[in-house]
Amino acid sequence: MSSETILFEESLPGGGLWSWRLRRHTTLRITDLDGGTNVGLMAYNADQPLDRLNLPDTLKAQYTARLTRGHVLMSDLGHALLSITADSVGWHDPLGGHGHAALVKSKYGEATYQEKRNDWFRNAHDNFLIELGKYGLGRRDLVANINFFSRLDVDVAGKMKFYPGNSRAGDFIDLRAEMNVLVVLNTCQHPLDPNPAYAPRPVKLTVRQTPPPGASDFCRNFRDENQRSFILTERLFPGAST
Amino acid sequence: MSTFILTESRLDPAHAIYDFTLLAGDGWMHEIMRGQTLRIVDLDGNQAVDTLFYNAHDLSDRYSAQDTIRAQGALYLTTGTRLMSSEGAVLATIVADTCGRHDTLGGACAAESNQVRYALDKRWMHSCRDTFMLQIARWGRGVTKCDITHNINFFMNVPVTPEGKLSFADGVSAGGRYVEVRAEMDLVCLISNCPQLNNPCNAYNPTPVRLLIWP
Repeated sequence: MSSETILFEESLPGGGLWSWRLRRHTTLRITDLDGGTNVGLMAYNADQPLDRLNLPDTLKAQYTARLTRGHVLMSDLGHALLSITADSVGWHDPLGGHGHAALVKSKYGEATYQEKRNDWFRNAHDNFLIELGKYGLGRRDLVANINFFSRLDVDVAGKMKFYPGNSRAGDFIDLRAEMNVLVVLNTCQHPLDPNPAYAPRPVKLTVRQTPPPGASDFCRNFRDENQRSFILTERLFPGAST
Repeated sequence: MSTFILTESRLDPAHAIYDFTLLAGDGWMHEIMRGQTLRIVDLDGNQAVDTLFYNAHDLSDRYSAQDTIRAQGALYLTTGTRLMSSEGAVLATIVADTCGRHDTLGGACAAESNQVRYALDKRWMHSCRDTFMLQIARWGRGVTKCDITHNINFFMNVPVTPEGKLSFADGVSAGGRYVEVRAEMDLVCLISNCPQLNNPCNAYNPTPVRLLIWP
């Protein structure tokens, strides 16, 4: 990472919200500052947002129900949006979705802005809608989200269980944009986090310039399906160096 | 494999107010009023029926796979599953099921995902999401591609292993098995009777399903 140019860095407190139009071949590193964070994330082709993250397509193409290094987050039109190029955690949750205001109220009670100022209780659903609205997107544009840094275990009967302690302070994940990608994220707690307290954790967001994936790129070659998704994506950028 | 609990229905097809056979590769978009029951019959077995539900009065309030599995704390759909919306409402409840397990992780096949999954030259083949696109074009009323969200695959079996692997297992359905859904609000239902020929989700042999509605 040291030889690459850091474009900017921001910290985001727990319960916070953020979006950015990641330029192609820049990489977003998300670092869990205190351990136990959760980052809900949706992604869209920034040049054509109807082309958007599709988790069922992503999971079935790579025969996985968890996400880690090598996996590519794919759009419903077969494109590679983001590649997971580094991951110190090993398991990120694509199943649990995100909570609404009603869930936060029933689990943690109420803390209004009037009373608590910026320590008020926020929820992932509203945070997604706020950030999506900045790009003209709304409720109809919500997609199934990833929960980075969280893990759900599934037993043979399909029962899901939150796995505590999945991510520690300093853990990180790198997401390389394979096209211009609108990333919308927030740091609300995982909806199945059993912690009875409202205790969302902060992250650091680092955007850096990275080289285009070459022929031997790990994510490109992780599966034949990923190679084909890269080819379909590179067709969107004729003449560009891959 | 866990044992499936099968629940039969007492509804009599002779009393249905709607009875239609949907061929493989065809689509169906239809209103289902609150309190009505929709039955989908897998006539010949191992068919996949890709299905979406919308609040008929606000299409932005629609089926959400993640909210549905989280609400019941389990991945697979069967009798008793409440089909949840993206805004946290209960759209419908599965009230009978003689198959025992239905998928909502695998999504719908598409021309583009077939290119990724199988080969770049598969784009021309028919797919569920092309069926969805044609159905919403005919339906009109402002419905667009952004309303095509992550669906249910009735009669399809997509187990997740404890190691987090996603597998596409042999179907658990058979000819004549059915699932029934009771509408908890006025709904619009969108179905693609899956035409997939590239994988065994329907045993490489897409077949018709029967759709019945009771008042």
